[in-house]
Amino acid sequence: MTETRIDRRFKACAEQGRPALVTFITAGDPDLETSSAILKALPAAGADVIELGMPFSDPMAEGVPIQLATLRALHAGQTMNKTLDMVREFRKTDADTPIILMGYYNPIYVREPVAFVKEAKEAGVDGLIVVDIPPEADDELCIPAMEAGLNFIRLATPTTDDKRLPAVLANTSGFVYYVSVTGITGSANLNATNVSEAVTRIKGHTDLPVAVGFGIKTAEDAENIGRKADGVVVGSVLVNAIKDSLDADGRATEKTVSAVTDLVSSLAEGARRARKA
Amino acid sequence: MTTLANTMRSGPDERGHFGIFGGRYVAETLMPLILDLEKAYNDAKADPEFKREIETLNKHYTGRPSPLYFAERLTEHLGGAKIYFKRDELNHTGSHKINNCLGQILLAKRMGKTRIIAETGAGQHGVATATVCARFGLPCVVYMGATDVERQKPNVFRMKLLGAEIVPVTAGAGTLKDAMNEALRDWVTNVDDTYYLIGTAAGPHPYPEIVRDLQSVIGKETREQILEAEGRLPDAIVAAVGGGSNAIGLFHPFLDDESVQIYGVEAGGRGLDGHEHCASLTAGKPGVLHGNRTYLLQDDDGQILEGHSISAGLDYPGIGPEHSWLKEVGRAKYVPIMDDEALEAFQMLTKVEGIIPALEPAHALAQVIKLAPTMDKNQIIVMNLCGRGDKDVFTVGGMLGFNL
Ligand SMILES: Cc1ncc(COP(=O)(O)O)c(C=O)c1O
Repeated sequence: MTETRIDRRFKACAEQGRPALVTFITAGDPDLETSSAILKALPAAGADVIELGMPFSDPMAEGVPIQLATLRALHAGQTMNKTLDMVREFRKTDADTPIILMGYYNPIYVREPVAFVKEAKEAGVDGLIVVDIPPEADDELCIPAMEAGLNFIRLATPTTDDKRLPAVLANTSGFVYYVSVTGITGSANLNATNVSEAVTRIKGHTDLPVAVGFGIKTAEDAENIGRKADGVVVGSVLVNAIKDSLDADGRATEKTVSAVTDLVSSLAEGARRARKA
Repeated sequence: MTTLANTMRSGPDERGHFGIFGGRYVAETLMPLILDLEKAYNDAKADPEFKREIETLNKHYTGRPSPLYFAERLTEHLGGAKIYFKRDELNHTGSHKINNCLGQILLAKRMGKTRIIAETGAGQHGVATATVCARFGLPCVVYMGATDVERQKPNVFRMKLLGAEIVPVTAGAGTLKDAMNEALRDWVTNVDDTYYLIGTAAGPHPYPEIVRDLQSVIGKETREQILEAEGRLPDAIVAAVGGGSNAIGLFHPFLDDESVQIYGVEAGGRGLDGHEHCASLTAGKPGVLHGNRTYLLQDDDGQILEGHSISAGLDYPGIGPEHSWLKEVGRAKYVPIMDDEALEAFQMLTKVEGIIPALEPAHALAQVIKLAPTMDKNQIIVMNLCGRGDKDVFTVGGMLGFNL
């Protein structure tokens, strides 16, 4: 594959000696307009890479925060077309920040994977994370994505042992996403020592950057995990910030965008404090 | 054992596919667990001791073989084909679900798992799981949609008596699909000690195969019993399909018998025009959910729809992958039956044969009621009477305006 925005961004962060801050929001949460405004504001707040969640009715790997974000988006009428439009709109003013679509296979499957990856690429998407399609099914989506020029980013987990890791890494590009806990998004129990060992283990198998997610909540977490990892991923706390900013009827307020950007700024500072010697 | 190249009973392939259906679409955290399960199941299958244990429990705990009963009065009443019922409603716990649970708990024990989780819709699978957990002394957590907790109160209480912890799931419409999501979330979190005891022939490979093999005792017995009673195979076999476990259990041993017509009966709910049904094979399209590719009720954007059925056990927007394949290759026909047709069949069986069926097999019965009069008197239908109606008397009472 030729160099992508994701490759360039991780390289740039590495040159600055710091981990990339990867931020997740659900597309269309709490409504299309506010979500677009948040998306546009993320880079200036300190997001290096953006994961944009494609809402799915049955988010099996998600904890309550992202489940609720998904419901807010779907209730507000979010669709895949609108999600791709958000990316197109974003690209009008930002040519450099990588965007990764993250979600589940079915909404892609019904649009035909080959057609979808082409459309996503043209919209300005750089990579895909699809939770429920393992390497055993690479021919269905991962290979078409690579051929369309999209990075296909795989999750490695605490249950992915050394024997299985090569299969998981085989067609992964962009970076490897290490899931720091066995569990769903937003879990507690982040253990920096275990995570650090796991990152070392994965790096023994690949030259790709390794980002860590599931359970990073605070600037301190970002700092601790970012000492070892090439990227730190935050999601649940950001969508919780959206939720907490809504009015009694669940509608966005003037505080919604800044609730997210303020938090991202503080997380970005944490990540910068992890600056390696 | 050699299998003929032209058999329809050799699926799934090594990646867990039945044609394009099935497979393993799960998060990476679960992949190693599913591969372990596959290995453990293959070992167990090859172990005569595992088979012997299941047979002993089936016989002395469940009460198998269940009778194959000639429904003489109903046959007369309908005036067509001879109707037989496979009486799995007489099993311990009141449905076919126990067949699957006994086999899977033995598998869990072999794997050294110490905690069992399950999803349930009608509560029959939850009751069967809680039962085998009590029998084998393992803790049991049952995820059940909040709506179903409300409409299946007797089963909720049974599970509690049996020592299970019931977790009501409020996400979505609070029915079976939401319970399954939550069970998967538990499993992904408790990977070391927990065995996920899936209740139907769906989910990621190897579950559809495991559940089918364990439920196939229904079809194997039926085959022997009908040969003994009639000296020949039936002309048609009929079963209700929720996720599809009782149906595949009856169908599988007959798949290669071309003369046997196969009917799977889906919940037509309030009609197929809107979204108030669960006829995924008749009105859905292929997609990926809960670890497998199969027919699903979904919108154009790939969002899964909430179905509706009078019967909580059929209230699932998907279907086991082997049924999707049997539909595509044309080996089985899948037909919808509406709520009111099932309710009528429920009452007819009660009055004519003195058997109160569960609402799920009442759907199968409604199809038999349509089918039998179109067939000759010397033809034979076997229907899987896979559950008894005790759990449904409150629901039916409500529908008939009888205040319990
Ligand atoms: C009596 C009975 N029949 C049928 C079903 C539907 O499941 P399946 O299609 O897996 O047999 C259920 C599910 O709860 C049930 O309780």
